[in-house]
Amino acid sequence: MSVPTLAVFKLASCDGCQLTLLDCEDELLTLAGEVRIAHFLEASSAVTPGPYDLALVEGSVTTPADAERVREIRAQSRHLVTIGACATAGGIQALRNFADVEEFTRAVYARPDYIDVLATSTPVSDHVDVDFELRGCPIDRKQLLEVITAYLAGRKPDIPDHSVCFACKRRGTVCVTVAHGTPCLGPVTHAGCGAICPAYGRGCYGCFGPSGSPNLRALIPLLHRDGMDDRAVERLLRTFNAPAFDKEVRS
Amino acid sequence: MTHRGSRVLRVGSLARVEGEGSLHLRVAGRSVEEAQLRIYEPPRFFEAFLRGRAHTEPPDITARVCGICPVAYQMSACRAIEDACGVTVDRPLRDLRRMLYCGEWIESHALHIYLLHAPDFLGCDSAVDLARTRRAAVERGLRLKQAGNAILELLGGRAIHPVNVRLGGFHRVPAHDELRPLQEKLRRAAEDAWETVGLVAGFDFPDTSLDADFLALSSPTTYAIEDGTPAVLRTDGARRHFRPSAFPDHVREEQVPHSTALHSRLDGRRHLTGPLARFAISGDSLSPTAREAVREAGLDTVCRNPYRSVLVRAVEVVYAIDEALRIIAAYEPPARPHVDVPPRAGTGHGITEAPRGLLYHRYRLDPEGTVTDACLVPPTAQNQGAIEDDLVRIVERTLAEGDPTDEELTRLCERAIRNHDPCISCSAHFLDLTIDRA
Repeated sequence: MSVPTLAVFKLASCDGCQLTLLDCEDELLTLAGEVRIAHFLEASSAVTPGPYDLALVEGSVTTPADAERVREIRAQSRHLVTIGACATAGGIQALRNFADVEEFTRAVYARPDYIDVLATSTPVSDHVDVDFELRGCPIDRKQLLEVITAYLAGRKPDIPDHSVCFACKRRGTVCVTVAHGTPCLGPVTHAGCGAICPAYGRGCYGCFGPSGSPNLRALIPLLHRDGMDDRAVERLLRTFNAPAFDKEVRS
Repeated sequence: MTHRGSRVLRVGSLARVEGEGSLHLRVAGRSVEEAQLRIYEPPRFFEAFLRGRAHTEPPDITARVCGICPVAYQMSACRAIEDACGVTVDRPLRDLRRMLYCGEWIESHALHIYLLHAPDFLGCDSAVDLARTRRAAVERGLRLKQAGNAILELLGGRAIHPVNVRLGGFHRVPAHDELRPLQEKLRRAAEDAWETVGLVAGFDFPDTSLDADFLALSSPTTYAIEDGTPAVLRTDGARRHFRPSAFPDHVREEQVPHSTALHSRLDGRRHLTGPLARFAISGDSLSPTAREAVREAGLDTVCRNPYRSVLVRAVEVVYAIDEALRIIAAYEPPARPHVDVPPRAGTGHGITEAPRGLLYHRYRLDPEGTVTDACLVPPTAQNQGAIEDDLVRIVERTLAEGDPTDEELTRLCERAIRNHDPCISCSAHFLDLTIDRA
């Protein structure tokens, strides 16, 4: 049997999610023995053309060229997994979706005419079929290894969609909202990070995006009670997964 | 076949650099008519959407500019906003910030030395390829990288986009006992760092010299990382300093058609930030152990050869581990995890040394602390001009000495670019090499 091929691609993003693969210091060389890394520009100048067995895509679609590229990547990939908040929800750069992108371009660049971008930053799944979306800003290393292992073994990844609250309970962290009145998005945020923020005494800021069936309507009054005004709540929900939380607020 | 005529070379997408870019080179005979580092990383508009955010938010938001150096963004943002609000952070908290930053230097430098740069010197495509013949070396690199990440995970909560940094300090500071396992890990890492200096000192370095002014932070007592005054060392040896708030007067950004990054110049001249600049400006302030590493590496007081920047990175890893161990040894948990940073109207400037060079942030706040204006000047945007000059010099020299094929020239250019550890996501915008032999 031939060795499966792994490809890593990047669209608009910070490189943090593909760096997570290089951050698997204990597993990286073992993994490289199990798969052939056929395309991973951040780590290797050797590039082999597709088709690929598993493609990991980081980043959101923000330019006409990337919208085309992601279709080519899909056509070459047996399984396509998107990694991180940019690829699964549009990322922080999706804040333009709520603003005027031409005004944004003028604010940053003296010559906006050199810049060719789309008015929105969108998840890869808005453009092509995606086999699995791994959440997080950034993704979690152990979850990434689980997803890769699952696809190599031909099974479904075991990534639960419950909220960060479950992870806090499992970790034995005292609830920051109940005990200290700290505003926290944990009840509506997808688990996966290991509930780090509450363990460090701060409220969850939602970097993994909404959990399965989040009850935002019940949470917002608690955020108000704990001292956040409407603008502060809007800012909290509009950071790294803004379009995804926005959809939940409107649903 | 001969290549004495004119030609154009294109490198579609540069590998082993952070972010996306290409290179366009137009060669006529033996001279380079044009060298453009084309950064096609899509723009993400951080400076635009920071407007209207609360003054507490830029550290978490700007971390997302770069997954390789999020701490640099968090630190420059905190410094700038604390400056705007007139707040100074207590010494013990400053030490913890410095230690967190050391973690990022160790992680980022180990990544660059072993995974991105060493394959060029050892004739491989990647560290995975290198591991087939030199597995122990690659494993050492990964161990070092992990030691840096261990600092980030303990003090920051996680290695990429740490959650524990806030204005005024941290959400939570570690207890004394928590640092002990880290201390042991760093002591082992110190040995790996020494062996790294030995490894890179054995590389073959092509002879070349940069013709750009150096810009780095300097501090009277230490090798500046998270704090200091910008200092310039000109090519003629003249040195001067300026206040952080004068940064916009000295470093000016301009936009060029081939790039989504903004290029900048220092007083109208080409400049370079990063390890070579830091070493030239602050080398005297290195710790005794790191000074020993300098001798072991065979470095002089000023190094202008970008290929040899890998030596400086190896020395900086020795230093960062030494610093982290020093801070742990003297550590007493601070009375409070952060100082308050109440908002006020004003403008603040924050400059720190990201692993790949000097990173400037400026914010203007209204009386409630809402950000009304934001400006980020990343190291790669500052270095882009010097990198292009470097490419012209290296390619012309190669053309003068022989008759390279397009493939050889392409390889050479990619290597020359990697010397500078460019962070193209940072410049908000990476490389596609075109060599134009028109």
